[in-house]
Amino acid sequence: MRSLTAGVAKKKSAKSSTGSAVKLPIVCDADMLRSLVRKKEVRVVDVRKVDDYNMDHIPTAVSLPLARVLENDTPDKIVDIIEELGISDKTPVVVYDDTFGALAARVAWTFQYVGHFNTALLEMTFKQWKELGLETEKQARTFPRAKHSLNINKEIYADASYVEAVKSQPGKMLIDSRERLNFLTEHIPGAKNIPYTMVGSNGSILRKPEELKRFIENRGIADNAEIITYCGSVGTLSGLTYYALKLAGFQNVKLYPKSFKEWKALGKPKEEFKDATYWDLSAE
Amino acid sequence: MRKSRVATDNPRQKGVSPPKPHPKWGREEETDVFAKKVKLFRQGKISEDDFRRFRLQHGAYGSRLHMEYSMVRIKVPGGEMTPDQIEKIAGLSEGFSIGSAHVSTRQNIQLHWVQLEDVSEVMRGLVETGLTTREACGNTVRNVMCSHFAGVCPNEQFDSTPYSMAIAKFFLRNPMCQNLPRKFKINFACCDQHGLVRVADIGLVPATREENGKTTRGFKIYLGGGLGAASFIGHLLEDFTPEDRVLSTCMATVRLFDRHGNRENMARNRMRYLVHETGWEKFQKMALKERSIVEMTTSHSTGQLFDVKSQEDTRQLPKAPRMTKLPVLNDQVTKESPAFERWLHTNVVPQKQDGYFTVFITLGAGDITASQLRVLASAIRDYSAEGVARNTPQQNFAVRYVRGTELRDFYEKLASAGLANPGALTIASVVGCSGTTSCNLAITNSHRLAKEVQRKFLELGLDTDDFLRDATIKISGCPNSCGQHEIATIGFFGGASRVNNSMTPTYTMLFGGSAGEQGELAKTAMRVPAKRVIDTVLKVIELYKQQRSGNESLHQWVVNVTKGQGTADIKNLEGLKAALAQVVQLPTPDQDPDSYRDYGSDSSFSAKTARGECAA
Repeated sequence: MRSLTAGVAKKKSAKSSTGSAVKLPIVCDADMLRSLVRKKEVRVVDVRKVDDYNMDHIPTAVSLPLARVLENDTPDKIVDIIEELGISDKTPVVVYDDTFGALAARVAWTFQYVGHFNTALLEMTFKQWKELGLETEKQARTFPRAKHSLNINKEIYADASYVEAVKSQPGKMLIDSRERLNFLTEHIPGAKNIPYTMVGSNGSILRKPEELKRFIENRGIADNAEIITYCGSVGTLSGLTYYALKLAGFQNVKLYPKSFKEWKALGKPKEEFKDATYWDLSAE
Repeated sequence: MRKSRVATDNPRQKGVSPPKPHPKWGREEETDVFAKKVKLFRQGKISEDDFRRFRLQHGAYGSRLHMEYSMVRIKVPGGEMTPDQIEKIAGLSEGFSIGSAHVSTRQNIQLHWVQLEDVSEVMRGLVETGLTTREACGNTVRNVMCSHFAGVCPNEQFDSTPYSMAIAKFFLRNPMCQNLPRKFKINFACCDQHGLVRVADIGLVPATREENGKTTRGFKIYLGGGLGAASFIGHLLEDFTPEDRVLSTCMATVRLFDRHGNRENMARNRMRYLVHETGWEKFQKMALKERSIVEMTTSHSTGQLFDVKSQEDTRQLPKAPRMTKLPVLNDQVTKESPAFERWLHTNVVPQKQDGYFTVFITLGAGDITASQLRVLASAIRDYSAEGVARNTPQQNFAVRYVRGTELRDFYEKLASAGLANPGALTIASVVGCSGTTSCNLAITNSHRLAKEVQRKFLELGLDTDDFLRDATIKISGCPNSCGQHEIATIGFFGGASRVNNSMTPTYTMLFGGSAGEQGELAKTAMRVPAKRVIDTVLKVIELYKQQRSGNESLHQWVVNVTKGQGTADIKNLEGLKAALAQVVQLPTPDQDPDSYRDYGSDSSFSAKTARGECAA
């Protein structure tokens, strides 16, 4: 196990000597996080189950299981949770999970939605962190309650009526993040498929920006397109795609967090493909 | 650390050094070109026909009734794959396909339902490990096959693998075969038993000749065979073709086809029709004459491009430890036998190299998940002394050079990923093309049917019955023969018929086909509704058991019946048809509507097809 000694991460240390908090990138690498942890300049948020958190976690991380976010999915309640975790408007936040980044993405997006812009995803999962021999701790952490303002970022949110209104407008595009066979079975009319499996790579929850850019470019999607992502139920897979698109340089990306589950429950139209028995190709 | 369970004389020599380098079939620049062409096509700057030809030349088929998607066919000469390549395919299948890959009947690996815009990314990933999709489809020399036993087969004269690789390399991107009248298939065997040499445009069986006390290597070369809506068995060109005439013979054949093949009638433009219409004796003379011209006019430097030596595996593989106790390969097993013994009996064969065994991985109609591919790759690294595997035309994998002392460990590793099913070398290894799961031409879901037959057979333990072992079942979803139904003991091809006034998925059943150098085509018997196929096959087995004489195997009995040399009550095909008349009957649609539907479908059946792309 590597120790938290100065020097290991000096190359990429986050400069904050002036006292202003560091501005995080979309994805935070391990060295940067370790440096921030060492300097106590970051709030690390572990979104795995509480039991997993209690076994071990990244040093100084607080526990916020995704389920708790989903149970309290209104801006007021989220801000209350943020304050409880000791996160002020200025605290940089790094979120991680053990589910290829999808759960972390949904939580990070939620923080950004209520106005905590300085939130990043850790580049890797907790399992990969441990495989690299990076430090962990068992001790559950709490911090003094902080004050956080509520500043809803409507630009990154879409609901069913918004999706329905814009889904066929030029310059706007709906992206389904589910796996190919689920997409073929049924999806929101006009949606294109970028499976979540396409945006990750070995050792990192998201591929390199240039690769992601090339994927998008191959598909002929314009740089200035507005893109809305959705997935099967609660916006986790599509949360990851949301960040993949941000990483690829798209400015205008929205998440439809209630996703296809709500869409179906509302009885909205679906596109289905019934002319092939593609499920029978799966070796599962 | 693993422990060998059988005492050995030698400690294990782990791994091979150096590992086999990747062949360099793929080229990165082709991936960029493909991505550009897709964009131009989407912008309407190239016509659909031009784009289709280009796409097929680069190994991407249109998917069933949904041209937004492609089936990407990875060309794997001889079926030989390194662990790195297998892992790469696992990742690509997860990222861009459906999380499973598919072994074809011609040693290709297929990724289905890839979005057209992502095909270039799949190609880019493949190039990283030396693989290509180039000329896997279209009117080109397709994947060059080589018996998965070549190099380890106890009956072979010599290892044909380097020859097959050299031929594959020579024709890949060769200007002489970029626009043939139609596709062109070359298959190498190891011996007279293993290999699809009589059902290829060119089939080659290794042979040797003694001359002045010297042994010359060469081949018995068969021309003009092939399976399809109309199938033909290839003809022997001459008694013996020495190795230094292999290239000129292949070049001459390709040139003849290029010049004389039918470019008008797509339904009859494979070379087998040319041979048939020309007449074999005349075609044979043409081929021999063309070969002389090729030999007189081919430059030395062109000849050098066919480089067998450079394709030889010169690594010294370690000797396998001598075992004090042999695995129970030849003992009788039953359904109740321990799973490991049943697997040994039905999936493992000894090699000509002492102490080494070839192990087969039973797949369901060639499907394998990404996580299974990763376990397979790791197992090859740990247990195969040659460090590679081959995929087989029976849609399985063969892992060779496994030490007898490590078979149990290997088995357990495979079993951990669901890859240790028995039956790979038995009647339970059922072949099925992709059918309606992805193919534009398919009428029925042959793919699922093959998996259902396999599942039923394994459940019944039919893989443990050695009298059934050499029989094969192969299923195609339409009359075109991707499922190779005409070389099966019991073959099926899909169609649609009206039964009791309802459109019903049906299969035409054929009997008595076989592969190998003495291969014969199966004979058509009767139509069977899709949902009656399993019971019908079981009935055939029941009849065989009642009627067989002596130690006759199921395959021998079926072949004898098709030749009118059957036994007792079932003398010939008519007798067999009569005995099956009852079992193929369906209840009325009111009694059982499901029996009128195809596998994998919960709605009533209708035959939907679109334009095939085999010929472009």
